[in-house]
Amino acid sequence: MMLYLGKETSPEVSARVQAAALAVELALGDDLIDLVPSYASLLIVYNALTADHLSVAHRVHQCLDDLGSGEAAEGNTVVLPVYYHPEAGEDLEALAERAALSVDDVIALHSNAEYRVYAIGFAPGFAYLGQVDERIAAPRLATPRQKVPRGAVAIADRQTAVYPAVSPGGWNLIGRCPLRMFDPQATPTMPVSVGDRVRFEPIDRDRFLSLGGEL
Amino acid sequence: MTQPGILCLLQDGGRMGQHRIGLTNGGPLDPQAFGYCNRLLQNPEGATALEISFGGLQLEATVDTYICLTGANMNLRINNIEQARWEVLAIKAGDSIAVEFAEQGCRSYLGVAGGFQVEPTFGSTATVMREKVGGLNGDKLQAGDLLPCAQVTECKHLYLPASSQPRYQNLITVRVIPGYQQQHFNRYEQRRFFSHTYTVSDRCDRMGYRLEGPAIDCDIQGILSEGICFGAIQIPADGQPIVLLNDRQTIGGYPKIGSALSLDCGRLAQLRPGGTVHFAPVSPHGAHNALHLAASFSRRQPLMERTA
Repeated sequence: MMLYLGKETSPEVSARVQAAALAVELALGDDLIDLVPSYASLLIVYNALTADHLSVAHRVHQCLDDLGSGEAAEGNTVVLPVYYHPEAGEDLEALAERAALSVDDVIALHSNAEYRVYAIGFAPGFAYLGQVDERIAAPRLATPRQKVPRGAVAIADRQTAVYPAVSPGGWNLIGRCPLRMFDPQATPTMPVSVGDRVRFEPIDRDRFLSLGGEL
Repeated sequence: MTQPGILCLLQDGGRMGQHRIGLTNGGPLDPQAFGYCNRLLQNPEGATALEISFGGLQLEATVDTYICLTGANMNLRINNIEQARWEVLAIKAGDSIAVEFAEQGCRSYLGVAGGFQVEPTFGSTATVMREKVGGLNGDKLQAGDLLPCAQVTECKHLYLPASSQPRYQNLITVRVIPGYQQQHFNRYEQRRFFSHTYTVSDRCDRMGYRLEGPAIDCDIQGILSEGICFGAIQIPADGQPIVLLNDRQTIGGYPKIGSALSLDCGRLAQLRPGGTVHFAPVSPHGAHNALHLAASFSRRQPLMERTA
């Protein structure tokens, strides 16, 4: 069952998705198998052998009515250190040139904003963060890279993300984060979840290496 | 494992409740055949078994145990002697087990008494190669791999009578619950989708089955990325449907015309490239009833016991 809570990417819509996810989880209890919160929607996977769609729809509507327009639960704020440098972000200079800004301006614009975790998907631990300043928004690369390194901090359109593992990818790489964004052995496995806020903190090469970063 | 064939993966019932960190389900492409395999061996539901795609597998037993092969029509040979499928068979240490290439269907399940003993990751042993989770090391099985299983000295010789065994065909009907971005497919496009047949393309895998046929036009190119359920049917810009299966990504931005009934996804995954699919619309009510009837039918399907 798909629940739409808005039409656009905004902190308000995202907060409603987050609140709905919590309410639906409580309302469906054991009938719930999985939830996928995204930018403006919530996919509800329920056990069709223990509940039918009418009762699920009824319970979901009821819990949304109770939700009202009240304030949604605030997520955590997570600070992620980033080593912004051409040797760690191969597209940093090209992105600056394209935006007619200096590299320092790009770094300032990226690290002075607070981002919201709108969705997690594409790969385990891949968090879609939004929205970056329009001046440093950049389209995906015409030819995606075969191999984007783990920890790569990247921009695509007005979204930004940290690659949790080595994977192919077409986003513009501007730096690297030394922290693990997805660690199956850690609890929690991810430092962020949907609804959290993220800030990026510029660090230098030595700090990046001392935090376990690899170049 | 002496020869892994084209694609052999350890699978249990699937990895549930992990979409929020971006992990997909995995699990058996044909849950019906997988379920019978464990039922015949009297294993717990969802015990870990081998999913064999296309065939070409060879194993050597290192313990005395019992095995069972269900699913696609792949000849089973033990020490080069042909054996029955859909039946519990005794195995002695040193026996060689060969699963030949499929004559009909595409996926088969080889289980052992007690299931393969594999440590779960994120609550499941299901192998998803793209995510590098599950199985022995997140990958498909290779020659030389040791598949841990217990020594078992007693097991009922259950079998599923031939009259009850599923028949795998090259032409199937997949029931579809219309929905999602339905309003972006006008009624001619919807009629085109439901009145033509589609062919399984070469690009069909555990993530999704790409089909080829009359192109379906959608009046939007993409949507704000949203969760993708099992069986969702995406229509990308080229108009060729993709039915998303067990290893699908959890979110995506292509418009979807509807969702294939989960029951029929198992039949779809038994098709090989060139197989033919016809889509038929079904209401949420109809889908619900079909699901319950199938569950009840499979529970009541009697297993027979072979006695000496």
